[in-house]
Amino acid sequence: MSLSQFIPFLPEIFLAVAGFAILLAGISLGKRGARGLSLLSLGSLAVTAILIWVVGRPVEGAHTILGGMLFVDTFAVYFKLLTMTASGIVLLMSAGYLERSDYSPGEFDALILFATLGMMIMASGANLVSLYVGLELMALSQYVLVGYFKLELKSNEGAVKYFVLGALSSGVLVYGISLLYGALGTLDLGAIRAALTASDTVNWTLNLGIILVGFGMLFKVAAVPFHVWTPDAYEGAPTPVTAFISVGPKAAAFAMFLRLFLGAFHPELAQWRIVMWIAAAATVIYGNIAALTQDNVKRMLAYSSIAHAGYALIGIVAGTAMGLWSVMVYMLIYTFMNLGAFGFVIMLETRGYAGERVGDYAGLAKRHPGAAAGMLIFMLSLAGIPPTAGFMGKLYVFSSAVQAGYIWLVVIAVVMSAVSLYYYFRIVVEMYLKDGDEDEPAPLVRDRWLDAMIGLCVFVTLFLGVYPAPVVGLAQSGVHALGLG
Amino acid sequence: MAFLSAHFVAIVFYVLAVLAVAGGVGVITFKNPVHSALSLLGTFLMVAGLFVLRHAEFLGAVQLLVYAGGIMVLFLFVIMLVNVRRLSPDAAFLSRRAPLAVLSGVVFGALIAFGVLAGSLGHPGGGATALQMVQGHVMGNTEAVGWTLYRHFLVPFEIVSVVLLVAMIGAIIFGRKDAGLEGRGGRMEP
Amino acid sequence: MNPTMIPIPSAWILYLSAVLFVIGAIGVLLRRNGISIFLALELMLNSANLAFASFAFRFAGASATAAHALNGQIFIFFIIAVAAAEAAVGLALFIAMYRRKETIDVDRFNILRW
Repeated sequence: MSLSQFIPFLPEIFLAVAGFAILLAGISLGKRGARGLSLLSLGSLAVTAILIWVVGRPVEGAHTILGGMLFVDTFAVYFKLLTMTASGIVLLMSAGYLERSDYSPGEFDALILFATLGMMIMASGANLVSLYVGLELMALSQYVLVGYFKLELKSNEGAVKYFVLGALSSGVLVYGISLLYGALGTLDLGAIRAALTASDTVNWTLNLGIILVGFGMLFKVAAVPFHVWTPDAYEGAPTPVTAFISVGPKAAAFAMFLRLFLGAFHPELAQWRIVMWIAAAATVIYGNIAALTQDNVKRMLAYSSIAHAGYALIGIVAGTAMGLWSVMVYMLIYTFMNLGAFGFVIMLETRGYAGERVGDYAGLAKRHPGAAAGMLIFMLSLAGIPPTAGFMGKLYVFSSAVQAGYIWLVVIAVVMSAVSLYYYFRIVVEMYLKDGDEDEPAPLVRDRWLDAMIGLCVFVTLFLGVYPAPVVGLAQSGVHALGLG
Repeated sequence: MAFLSAHFVAIVFYVLAVLAVAGGVGVITFKNPVHSALSLLGTFLMVAGLFVLRHAEFLGAVQLLVYAGGIMVLFLFVIMLVNVRRLSPDAAFLSRRAPLAVLSGVVFGALIAFGVLAGSLGHPGGGATALQMVQGHVMGNTEAVGWTLYRHFLVPFEIVSVVLLVAMIGAIIFGRKDAGLEGRGGRMEP
Repeated sequence: MNPTMIPIPSAWILYLSAVLFVIGAIGVLLRRNGISIFLALELMLNSANLAFASFAFRFAGASATAAHALNGQIFIFFIIAVAAAEAAVGLALFIAMYRRKETIDVDRFNILRW
C-alpha cells in the first residue's frame, strides 16, 4: 500500500485531526469559547468539503480506494456533503445555546465532528467492516451527545434508553452480518452483489442475514417497530443535539441503507421487499397517529421524524432508480426543513424547558411576526403543502412507488400526510389565532447566528419548492454508482 | 483410549458448548449482577476456547485479554461502585415485559435454527492452513491476522481508534464530577 | 488438526451461537437492571463472534473460499474493539444515572414515557 493511495482519504484524515485539535482547544478555552470553537469546527468542515472537491471526487476507472474499503463515487460525495452541511448548521445553531448553558463547548463540537466522520464513512463504505465501524463511530458519539447535559435527568434517561436499544440493534446487525458472511463468504459489497446476481436458489441463511441487517438499519432510521428510542432520546437530548440526531445520522443511515439494499442486496429485492413494505406502512401510520396527541413540541417532532423516515422508506420499497434518487432528494429536503423547525424550538427555549410545550407558541405571530412566518413555512413543508420543498420531496418518492406499482402504499402515505396536517397546524393555530400570556410574554432568544441558519433553511425550503432541478440532477448522477439504471 | 483420541476435539467442543450455554443462562437468571457478571466471565472463557478450536488462536488470546481481562473488570468495578444491594428494593429483578421477551426470543431462535438448518452447511472444514497463510507461506494465525488487518483493513482499523477516543471522551464527560455544575442543577440560566 | 480425529460439524457451533444469541436477546428484554441488560448484550455480541469464527474456519477448508477466510476473524477483532468502547460509554452513563437517581433499573426511568 503506497502512500499515494491515501490521497483520496485526506478529507477524512483531516476531519479526524481537526476534531482532535478542537477537543484540545476546547480544554484550554473553557466555557467562554463557544462561538470561536463553533467557527473553528465550521472552518474544518469547510476545509474537509474543499478537500473532497479536490481529491475525494470520483475518477474514471477507480471506484474503490484503499484495498476496497471505501467507495469514491457521486453517491458518497452527495451524502458526505449533505451530512457535513447538517453538522455545520447544527454547530452554528448550538453556539449560543451552549453559551447560555453551563456545559463546555469543546467536547460538544469535537463529538459532532467525530460523528460527522462516522457518517462520511457510512456514506462511502464499500465493505461491511468499514460500514460497521463508521456506524458505531456515529452511534457512540450520539449516545454521548444525547446525555451531554448530564445533570438533567431527562438527558440522562434519554441517553440510557438510546444506548441500551442502540447496542441491542447493533448486536442484531452484527449477527445478521455474520449470517451474510456465512452464506456468501465475503464482506465486500461488490462481491456480495455479484454473488447474489449469480445464484438463483433460495438460501435461508442469506435471507435471514439480510432481514437481520434490515432490522438493524430500520432501527437506525427510527422506523416502526424499532422506533421506541426515538421520542425519549429526542425529548431528553439538549435541543441542538435533537436537531442533529434527527437529520445528519438519519441521512447517513439512509445512505448506508440505500447502499446495502438498493446496491448490494438489490438482486434479492423480491425477498426483502415485503418486509420493507410492512415497515414503511407501519412507520407512516404509527408516526403520524402518535404525533397527534403530543403536547411537547420536541416529542411531536420526534414522531414526525419517524413518519418522514416512513415516507423515505417508500422509495426503497419501490426499488428502482427513481426510488433511489427520490430518497436522496428527500433526505436533503428533510434535513433543511427539520433543522429549521428545531431552530425555532431553540429560539423559544429561553428559560428552562420553555418553548417545548405547544401552548408556549400562543400569540407568537402578534409579537414576533417574522419568526412565526418562518415556523409557518417549515410546518407547511413538513406537512407537504405545494409551494414548499416538502411537497416536491413527497411527490418524487410517491411517484417512484406508483411507477413501481405500489399504489396502496402511496394511498396510505397520502392519507397519513393529510392526518399530519392536524398536528403541524396545531402549532400554526397557536401562533396565529390564540392569545398568549400578555402579562409575561415568552421572549425569543436573540442570536444572529441562529437567525441566519433559520433564514438559510427557509431559503432552501422555498427555493427547492419551486426549483428542485439542481438537487434532482445531483441525486440522479448518484444513481449509477449503485448500479441501478 | 482410541475413542478418546479420535473424538478429542468433539469432546472438548461439547464440554465448552455446554458450559458456555450454562454460563449464558446464568447471566440472565442470577438476581445479583455480580453473579451474572462472573457467569458471563465463564462464557467468555469458553468462547475463547472455542475460538482456539476453530483455529482463531489470536482472537482467543484477544478474547481473554480484552473481554475477560478488561471489560469484565470494568463491569465488576461499576457493579461495586453502584452498590447493587440497593438497586431493586422490591426484589423484582425481571421486567414487566417478561412474557413478551420470552415469546419473541423463542420465535427468533426458531427462525435462526430454521435458517441455519436450511442453509448449505454440508462441507466441514478440511484444514485451516488458509487461516495461517501469509503471502503463500504458512506462518501462524497471529501473523496472518496482522497481515490482513494492516494491509486490507487499515481504514477501519484507523477509524476504530477514533471510536475508542470518542468512548474515552464519553466516559470522562459522564464520569467526572464538575464542581461548577453540581450546585446549580445544570440547567441554563435565563 | 490430526486427520484421524473426527471433526465437529460446523452446524453445531452455529447452533451454539444461535442459542447464545437468543439467551442474550431474552436477557436484554427481560432484565430491569441496566448492568444486567448490558451483560446480556455482551453475550449477543459474543454469539456473533462465535458464528464468524465458525464460518471463517469452514471457508478455510475449501480452496474456492480460502481467500476470504481471514475476513471473518478480522470482523471479530473489530466487534471486540467496538464492544470495549461501548462498555466504557455505557458503564459511565449508568454511573452518571446512578448518581442522580440512585437506581439503574430501566423500568424506573419514568420521566420520559418509555
